[in-house]
Amino acid sequence: MSTATVLDERKGQVVRKGAAPFEIDCNKDSLAGAVSQRACVFCGSRVVLYPIADALHLVHGPIGCAVYTWDIRGALSSGPEIHRLSFSTDLQEMDVIFGGEKKLEAALDELIDRHKPNAAFVYSTCIVGIIGDDLEAVCKKVSKAKGIPVLPVQSEGFKGNKRAGYEAACNALSSLVGTGDTAGISKYSINILGDFNLAGEIWLIREYYERIGIEIVANITGDGRVADIQRAHGASLNVVQCSGATMELANIMKEKYGIPSIRVSYSGVDDMAESLYSVARHFDDPELMEKAKSLVREELGALLPDLKKYREALKGKKAAIYVGGAFKAFSLIKAFRMLDMEVVMVGSQTGTTADYEELEQVTDDGTIIVDDANPLELSAFIKEKDVDVFVGGVKERPIAYKLGVAFCDHNHERKEILAGFTGMLNFAHEVYISVTSPVWKFVPRRASEESAS
Amino acid sequence: MSKMPNYTSTTNACKLCKPLGASLAFRGIEGCVPFLHGSQGCATYMRRYIISHFNEPIDIASSSLGEKHAVYGGSANLKLGLKNVTAKYSPEIIGVATTCLTETIGDNVPMILNEYKEEFADENSPLVVHVSTPSYAGTHMEGFLAATRATVEQLSGPAAKHEKINVFSGFISTADIRYLKDVCEDFGIEYSLMPDYSDTLDGPALNEYPLVPKGGTPLDDIRKMGGAKASIELGSTLPGQTAGTVLRDKYGVQLYQAGLPIGIRETDAFMDLLTKISGKPMPEKYIGARGRLIDAMVDGHKYISGKRAVVYGEEDLVVGVAALLAEIGVKPVLCASGGHSGKFEESIATVLEGLDCAMPIVKEDVDFFDIEHLAREEKVDMVVGHSKGYSFARKMEIPMIRVGFPIHDRVGGQRILHLGYHGAQGLFDLITNTVIAKKQSDSPIGYSYM
Repeated sequence: MSTATVLDERKGQVVRKGAAPFEIDCNKDSLAGAVSQRACVFCGSRVVLYPIADALHLVHGPIGCAVYTWDIRGALSSGPEIHRLSFSTDLQEMDVIFGGEKKLEAALDELIDRHKPNAAFVYSTCIVGIIGDDLEAVCKKVSKAKGIPVLPVQSEGFKGNKRAGYEAACNALSSLVGTGDTAGISKYSINILGDFNLAGEIWLIREYYERIGIEIVANITGDGRVADIQRAHGASLNVVQCSGATMELANIMKEKYGIPSIRVSYSGVDDMAESLYSVARHFDDPELMEKAKSLVREELGALLPDLKKYREALKGKKAAIYVGGAFKAFSLIKAFRMLDMEVVMVGSQTGTTADYEELEQVTDDGTIIVDDANPLELSAFIKEKDVDVFVGGVKERPIAYKLGVAFCDHNHERKEILAGFTGMLNFAHEVYISVTSPVWKFVPRRASEESAS
Repeated sequence: MSKMPNYTSTTNACKLCKPLGASLAFRGIEGCVPFLHGSQGCATYMRRYIISHFNEPIDIASSSLGEKHAVYGGSANLKLGLKNVTAKYSPEIIGVATTCLTETIGDNVPMILNEYKEEFADENSPLVVHVSTPSYAGTHMEGFLAATRATVEQLSGPAAKHEKINVFSGFISTADIRYLKDVCEDFGIEYSLMPDYSDTLDGPALNEYPLVPKGGTPLDDIRKMGGAKASIELGSTLPGQTAGTVLRDKYGVQLYQAGLPIGIRETDAFMDLLTKISGKPMPEKYIGARGRLIDAMVDGHKYISGKRAVVYGEEDLVVGVAALLAEIGVKPVLCASGGHSGKFEESIATVLEGLDCAMPIVKEDVDFFDIEHLAREEKVDMVVGHSKGYSFARKMEIPMIRVGFPIHDRVGGQRILHLGYHGAQGLFDLITNTVIAKKQSDSPIGYSYM
């Protein structure tokens, strides 16, 4: 890699394992002009709250923020699907000059009457923060008039990065929690935090937990329902995946209701199994643990023979990872290892120092670890490491494809289950069908190699 | 005809925001990096939206404003961003578009850019053009046209007369752009087409990540546009001030405005215009294509005669598609757009004249909630538009013909050819086959001969 690819201001955010004592710069604002892959505060809030399917999600601002987040995620619902609609106050010039509160109130009024949601979230966008609309006052007024919670989400895009948006979402959620009836909840009960039911994953995860005898009180927020979240404080334990996004809520619930939390990941078989074991350990019940073990045995028994063909085909191939939250990266590293593949680059948009230190622990020497990367850096790393497959999101896909590199979508738009034991097989399949495609024989990168050899 | 309630809220918008259009237009200028002055999220969201259609990288830089910049102004970050883009991308030009945030906090972008020039620029610095694109005033189409106009305004100067014509082709597919260029070449017309993203957003597989992808309207061409023989500007709902009017008013370049050449009559008009400008008759190739198109329309007309369609999207595209549908015997019963030029209805009436087609319901400034509501009152056989109409088409169990932008649920959206006799041929086949396929699959018999 030409180090010139990395802007001076960003040099601390790119580290090679083993080159020096580990130290990385992270959790800072994106550098102007660097073409960050990150979005904004609004995006963080929208990601967390979006899957609550019986709530109205009204974006207060000009049209862009609402239209770019209309039904773009595979966050499925088993019932109502209000979340798949895109609602906006579509602010116009006059609203910006004279204020948008009246329009917001009228929009809420007609949308709540039309869709009869069980709650409404009102997302603040950049200019709402500037023109000074009193979101809270409007929400209170409408809430009183309509008899449902109407919650402001302070997600002005410029007020930090995606993490600030996660916090704003968790704050909004925390005002829902604690308002429902908790009667009849089992002592072996959990809330699932930080799974968004992409492609139906939370249904799979719920099934695993239910098989070992655990009751799920609330999905937060995949296939989420307002009433479930309102009684989430009745659960005995918060099980938190994607901790960047929802840990804040777990912390609030710990403080307010004394509910402990554990961090888990459902990607890859080790982490999936550990997710079940750690819940069983928490409740300290040998029967739960026994059931968890037998579930894992059963699932692995079915999975391992099926994985064999993929492992043989993928052995020794090199993978690069660039994802939103660092926690997902840990699981992906393990998942690639299970396929006998080598991870040569790993990065995230929003990792913390602790996340990166942990990443450093689990990666091999020479692995590039990067925070808040951009297309020029990612493409340079891909080239330098001669990567065989890149795993990331929509914005990373054309970078890989343009350079003739296989790709696995591991983002919020995907339509395949990648969590749990089933997900491991799907993941292997996804990687396999891309890496082994004959199309790579024709791309310039490999074509020139073939003609040279 | 139904009377629509006047809703305050927007549900499933049929429009995008202004800076997205500006970013696309800037991507069509050679050596240009689009740059949004605003929050980081704007650039990222738009990149994702554009990538999902073109399946190409598009690096849109951002000044990534944070809270303190929103309070004290975004000047420092805009300058830092320009410096960083210059350092990493070595662009020939940077196209700066504002966003609602920076318009609302009142950043004076021309002044900041002047300061930047004085403080940092030398002879190797890229040019910087700017356009004001607050998303609370207009749609992506206004952003697209404004960026095109701003670039012409800021780059072109008095120029020696030359033989080229300027073609401002509007927001069309990359296949459409290539087609227009072929037509000009076949007529022997020298041209500068702008913005030309036919390569920058539809390029080949590469060995190196392109800092700035190859292609685009050359800067030198834009500088000399004032000396052109004429300008052709496509679009029937254009605003009063455009790149074409700027060149006409400043440098006296003859301006011809015409609708997008979609369907027979609009293409005929376009070809006539090229004949007038070049003094040459329409080349054989197009005479042949026109003949085959009409022959195909005759062969297939009974499958689709009297079918009823809903058409939506950008106003200019909808006008063209409505014309094509009416020519092939499909009734456009509802024409809808999130744009509001004020010229939509009149333009539709004009292109339908003489085609024995009743005037459809024409709605500007509507969302998909309105469109679905209106469509439900009509008996509709097909939905013609971009991917975002899929949800209501599916609910109503109406087959869908994909045209325009964005195509997020099929491959090859950028390769859809809408223009000219060739485009009409492709769309005619697609529309007719869609109707035949539905009839075939709805039938319990399983005909293999339709």
